[in-house]
Amino acid sequence: MAAGIAFLLNGRETRTSLPPGTALVDFLRDEQRLTGTRVGCREGDCGACTVLLGRLQDGRVRYRAVASCLFPLGDVAGGHVVTIEGLNNDGLTPVQQAFVSEGASQCGFCTPGLVVSLTGFLLEDAALEPDDAVSAVEGNICRCTGYAAIRRAIERLLREVRPAILAGAGPEARLAALAFLGVVPAFFTGIAERLGTLSAGAPPPAPKRESAGAVVVAGGTDLYVQRGPELAERELRLLSQRDGFAGIWPAPDRLFIGAAATVADLMESPLVAAAFPPLPGFLRLVSSTQVRNRATVGGNIVNASPIGDLSVILLALDASIGLRRGARSRELKLREFFLGYKKLNLKPGEVVAWLGVPVARQGVRLHFEKVARRRRQDIASVNAAIGL
Amino acid sequence: MKQNDIFFHGRGETLYADDLGGFAGLLHAAVLPSPVARGRLLRLDVSAALRLPGVAAVLTAADIPGENQIGGILPDEPLLADGELHFAGQPVALAVAATPRQARQALAAVRLEVEELPPLLDARQAAAQGSLIAPPRTFALGDVEASWPLCAHVVSGRVETGGQEHLYLETQAAVAVPGEKDTLRVISATQSPSGVQRIIARVLGVPMSQVAVEVYRLGGAFGGKEDQATAWAALAALAARALRRPVKLALERREDMRLTGKRHPYSSDFRLGLDAEGRILAYEVTFFQNAGAAADLSTAILERTLFHAGNSYRIPNVRATGYSCRTNLPPFTAFRGFGAPQAMFVLEAALFQAAEKMGLEPGELQRRNLLHEGDELPYGQKLANSRAARCFDQAVSAFDLEAARERVRAYNAANALSKKGLALLPVCFGISFTSTHLNQAGALVHVYTDGSVSVSTGAVEMGQGVNGKILLAAARTLGIASRRLRIESTCTRRVANTSPTAASTGADLNGRAAELACREIRSRLLQVAAARLGAPAGELEIRSDAVLRAGQKTGLGWEELVQAAYLARVSLSAQAHYATPGIHFDRASEKGEPFAYHVFGTALVEATIDGLRGVADVDSVRAVHDAGASLSPLVDRGQAEGGIVQGIGWVTLEELIYSGQGRLLTDTLSTYKVPDIRTAPATIEVRFLKDAPNPAALLGSKAVGEPPFMYGIGAYFALLAALRAFRPEKPLPFSAPLTNEKILAWLAE
Repeated sequence: MAAGIAFLLNGRETRTSLPPGTALVDFLRDEQRLTGTRVGCREGDCGACTVLLGRLQDGRVRYRAVASCLFPLGDVAGGHVVTIEGLNNDGLTPVQQAFVSEGASQCGFCTPGLVVSLTGFLLEDAALEPDDAVSAVEGNICRCTGYAAIRRAIERLLREVRPAILAGAGPEARLAALAFLGVVPAFFTGIAERLGTLSAGAPPPAPKRESAGAVVVAGGTDLYVQRGPELAERELRLLSQRDGFAGIWPAPDRLFIGAAATVADLMESPLVAAAFPPLPGFLRLVSSTQVRNRATVGGNIVNASPIGDLSVILLALDASIGLRRGARSRELKLREFFLGYKKLNLKPGEVVAWLGVPVARQGVRLHFEKVARRRRQDIASVNAAIGL
Repeated sequence: MKQNDIFFHGRGETLYADDLGGFAGLLHAAVLPSPVARGRLLRLDVSAALRLPGVAAVLTAADIPGENQIGGILPDEPLLADGELHFAGQPVALAVAATPRQARQALAAVRLEVEELPPLLDARQAAAQGSLIAPPRTFALGDVEASWPLCAHVVSGRVETGGQEHLYLETQAAVAVPGEKDTLRVISATQSPSGVQRIIARVLGVPMSQVAVEVYRLGGAFGGKEDQATAWAALAALAARALRRPVKLALERREDMRLTGKRHPYSSDFRLGLDAEGRILAYEVTFFQNAGAAADLSTAILERTLFHAGNSYRIPNVRATGYSCRTNLPPFTAFRGFGAPQAMFVLEAALFQAAEKMGLEPGELQRRNLLHEGDELPYGQKLANSRAARCFDQAVSAFDLEAARERVRAYNAANALSKKGLALLPVCFGISFTSTHLNQAGALVHVYTDGSVSVSTGAVEMGQGVNGKILLAAARTLGIASRRLRIESTCTRRVANTSPTAASTGADLNGRAAELACREIRSRLLQVAAARLGAPAGELEIRSDAVLRAGQKTGLGWEELVQAAYLARVSLSAQAHYATPGIHFDRASEKGEPFAYHVFGTALVEATIDGLRGVADVDSVRAVHDAGASLSPLVDRGQAEGGIVQGIGWVTLEELIYSGQGRLLTDTLSTYKVPDIRTAPATIEVRFLKDAPNPAALLGSKAVGEPPFMYGIGAYFALLAALRAFRPEKPLPFSAPLTNEKILAWLAE
């Protein structure tokens, strides 16, 4: 078995021996010449590089839109990467057709990213409400259209495809409907099986002994902004697919959130919604869909910045933090973990494993305020959380 | 469908400069910027950089074979710094290496020693020190001084408008490819292929004929690639020439934001006098334009500021003076509106203050002063085909201004912590380059023997839909289906001496040139058809791919006709040139008829302020817009909507912040905010003025690119109206952008 990172790229099994820290977008554009994925900012703020990443989850493929400029190539192993080229058919997909019919593309640079984001929405969103479709493209900046035509394209699209997509029950029927409508190519219906074969044929290599200098990458959504070009040349310790960091699980008196749980995981978790009902709504104020799909709770905490929205919320909820180094672990209050701006009570080699949030029997009252220049997709000028 | 750009946009198949492949041996270049806003270059040692892996060369001013000069209007801008440093970001050296990463690593190894000097950043300070790009200019009409005593109301004040980053999503890029006999082909993301060609020839010391510049398309430009794409193309050309290898230079976002110029910040003083009925009698205004460190297009932009000092209003006595001030910021440049938005903002601020003083709705004051047919404009032109009042009145009735005012009043009465405001914004914008000589264009049309047609013009497609409009004009003129036509890339070898695609004139000028070339071919083909059918050519026409005689089919189709013409040795190619007739302007007297026509419109903007959080929302923008007989309502609506949101961004959201040392601090998308889908108003409604063909442009249409930008200014005044509802007495800020921070501070102080 050849070494390297194995995954499905659009309809094709692909293997690469490029360094795992290479940004996915560079692999797509430079190695594969898939130039429909564009570089607009390299900080996850424009959405021009949006691709879908599908992973097997409970027997089906779960797709998420991600910013490929902030995505380590090593983390696509065993997944399905979908670029705009992977969605194209002989003509136009319904998403593309809606953009053409409404004139929702001018210079065209941002258009593939928008098409990919909306296709991801059609693949995964439960109710396909128009306002949620708008939320799905909050991370896609368009400088030409003023978004009015994009809104019209979204409305037209949902008018045309929503009933058929929601008609079937279950994920398989939905995927079949999407393929029938041409939203995705027919080969999407076989991806789950192919991913299964892929992972069976090439089990993820056992983590080799990592040197102390390895850079720990969870979501990478801030690390790639700060140190992107350098990461291609460094040894990485990728946490997002590693056992023991993902997931959200209950305990009698608290809720555990794995350090590699993403903001999107929190928003979708029934456990979170039950324990802290307003929290998923507040989390819509955090960044954009592409970044929420990837940014982790642990990453937001170790960033040790007062603008980290999750840090503020978790402090107000009086969370504890679990730290791990090899077989050793310790726990302390989050408020004791932060020592100052960008300063942490974190020992060399230690990583964040989980956050534990107390759940009171009578429930917790939580409020979060974030004031920024923009309502969404922005860094807080002021953020505050109150937990009672 | 498939000849449409948007079909390929949706599929991600359109190619921007950085997407192009197929350059064997391609090297990548990166620019070393000046770290200081003002200083002297003491030492520039590239030897360590040259030893790094992959590095092919590090070029400095000493390596320029021709003139180290890229100034378009004035020769005041070196390509690479030579001794003196004039702004932070000024190119100092160019590293060329096998990969973009290696080129940037090489830059880090260049040893640069500079003596930093205190920079001059403020326009008024520059003017006081005599640091000007050019002597000040004044446009005058009537007698301002004699008018003041006649005024019942006089308001005066100072107004600030900030700069604006273009934030085209495609950053600046160029690829230069050496050919045989010392020729060079340069693919540039520029609005001005001939400008790039001229400057490259100058920098390399070669004739222009040796340099071909080609543009496929731009991923947005908005004026930011009119003059400012040139440096990067010239640097790529310099490296390709020196190394005899293809060289690409594509700026990263942060580099682009730091190194390139933006919309000019202005600081302005005004005095406005009105009679007791609210009619403007006199307006005096002085504009201090922060031009940055080099002229770029600043003088032309200042000129348009002066042309539009009166916006859409009749002002019998005007004196407008403009200073273009040289500072140590990156040279400011063209941006949609080209100096007009800054001018209109000042007059709207003056009218707002006058309305408050007189206890009138600003909209009422605006209405009473609208331009009418035959009014003399400050630059001497008499207004023709005025639609100012028509647009204004239609906006008032179509969008039910009275109901909107009542809605706002009711909301404000019911809400203590949240207030609404509304504003009207009439716009009158002159169409033509104000440098008269630029109002010309060329086209080259080939009909191939299979009947397919290739159309080249000087127009650059950047999302404004110019190619689609030219296609339409050419297809209509030839009488054939548009699927037979192809609009080619813009290349200086096919169409020479092009004007930039700018000033909203792209379709007007190039569409006309294409139309003329197609007419020429049509006329030759009809001669061929006449000979073949034995009918007078005057009775024949081509429609729907067929030759008709007196409206009846003749059985002669397009393809057969083209074949017949070829066999008869009739030329199937034509070149044509168009020059806008009747326009002129005398810069000695500052009088003339600079514009072929004007575009009119009026917008109604509504906004809400959350007073607790200081968060503003622009709820809706509705406009009645004069697009003439639109060639493509879909395209024109998109241009209007996009312009409106950019305008809103300029006055509410987008803020350039510099350090005291003149370094840009807002140099990323996370620190410089442009509107996202939630910031843009959920309601944007553009209605086109009906039955309004324009006799002065292509097929009755009107230019559309720039004028709608200025509707966005209405957002500022809608927000002021909302602020006024919170605090009836407090003086209001007249300093754009009015960001959430400023709103909160105003409410809290």
